[in-house]
Amino acid sequence: MFRTNQTALFVFIAIIAVLLTPAADVYASDLVVEKPWARASIGVSRPTAVYLTIRNGGAVTDVLTMVTTPAAGMAEVHKSEVKDGLARMSPAGNVEVSAGTTAILEPGGLHIMLMELKNPLKKGETISMTLHFENAGPVDVAVPVYGIAASGPKFSD
Amino acid sequence: MLAVYIGLFVWRGTGNPVFEASSQSESNAFSPSFMLVDHQGNTVTEKTYRGQWLLVFFGFTNCPDICPTTLSDLAVVMDQIGGKAASVTPLFISVDPERDRVESMAEYVSAFHPTIVGLTGAEKQIASAAETFKAYYEKQQPDRDQSNYAVAHTSAVYLISPDGTFVRTFGYGTATEVFVTELNKRL
Repeated sequence: MFRTNQTALFVFIAIIAVLLTPAADVYASDLVVEKPWARASIGVSRPTAVYLTIRNGGAVTDVLTMVTTPAAGMAEVHKSEVKDGLARMSPAGNVEVSAGTTAILEPGGLHIMLMELKNPLKKGETISMTLHFENAGPVDVAVPVYGIAASGPKFSD
Repeated sequence: MLAVYIGLFVWRGTGNPVFEASSQSESNAFSPSFMLVDHQGNTVTEKTYRGQWLLVFFGFTNCPDICPTTLSDLAVVMDQIGGKAASVTPLFISVDPERDRVESMAEYVSAFHPTIVGLTGAEKQIASAAETFKAYYEKQQPDRDQSNYAVAHTSAVYLISPDGTFVRTFGYGTATEVFVTELNKRL
């Protein structure tokens, strides 16, 4: 039941927007979460990764403190680093997004590692995920699953 | 020299291998050797692949970021070199013999490209293979769950000639066009 016509109209537009763009950018106050995608997994025993960007258009720094998703028992921001020809990966802790900057989670760098998957992540599916920010609070993101060999939204197979 | 850390063999060369630049001088020439098991269960050595150009990458199948990115790049390269792909074999050598058994290697490499061969083996065999490639790896600290750990590893892709000699490396993130140009030049 809608209280006003404006609400109904807003909901209608929101639904249309979601239908038109499955990987729609998510706006939460001054934060914009863009280009989310997950790498398909092989079974459930191996971890996989989610990539996205967080743009902070506000005037204050915000901090990504936690990630939760019904798709995995554990979701954590990790960082891959290649230094002196050696690749290493470690938990990244909190991700600070200063005012006016963008945090980029991409292959070879920061990524949200999904561990203890509930089900295999299959190409074409969408998983839901909540990014918890210090200021913006919880931000829900719909994350499309691309192929295991995908390198980003441009090459979505 | 070979150092043992908590039962894990880790090869440390005389300093960090510098693989950024293409290096083809005589002083750097070496011929890697190994005895491992491929993802179909066959025992293989470097001689198995004589006559083939090899693109060799070290990694582990629980690796969610660097390894899939590199293997998908290699898949693109194999598609882009067309008919020449018959003379090129990408080898993915596990640095995580504890978890990467033959079946898991098969499951993993086949997800990327039918031409990619996954190799694993006993810990000593892996350590010895890595040593001859002058590659380095090291098991990282597990999290609360002891089976959840990452393995740091040399991130470059090695190009080995059909006679088994090291030609050059491609650093992590090298554009696929660079691989294709190099292979087209040589094949």
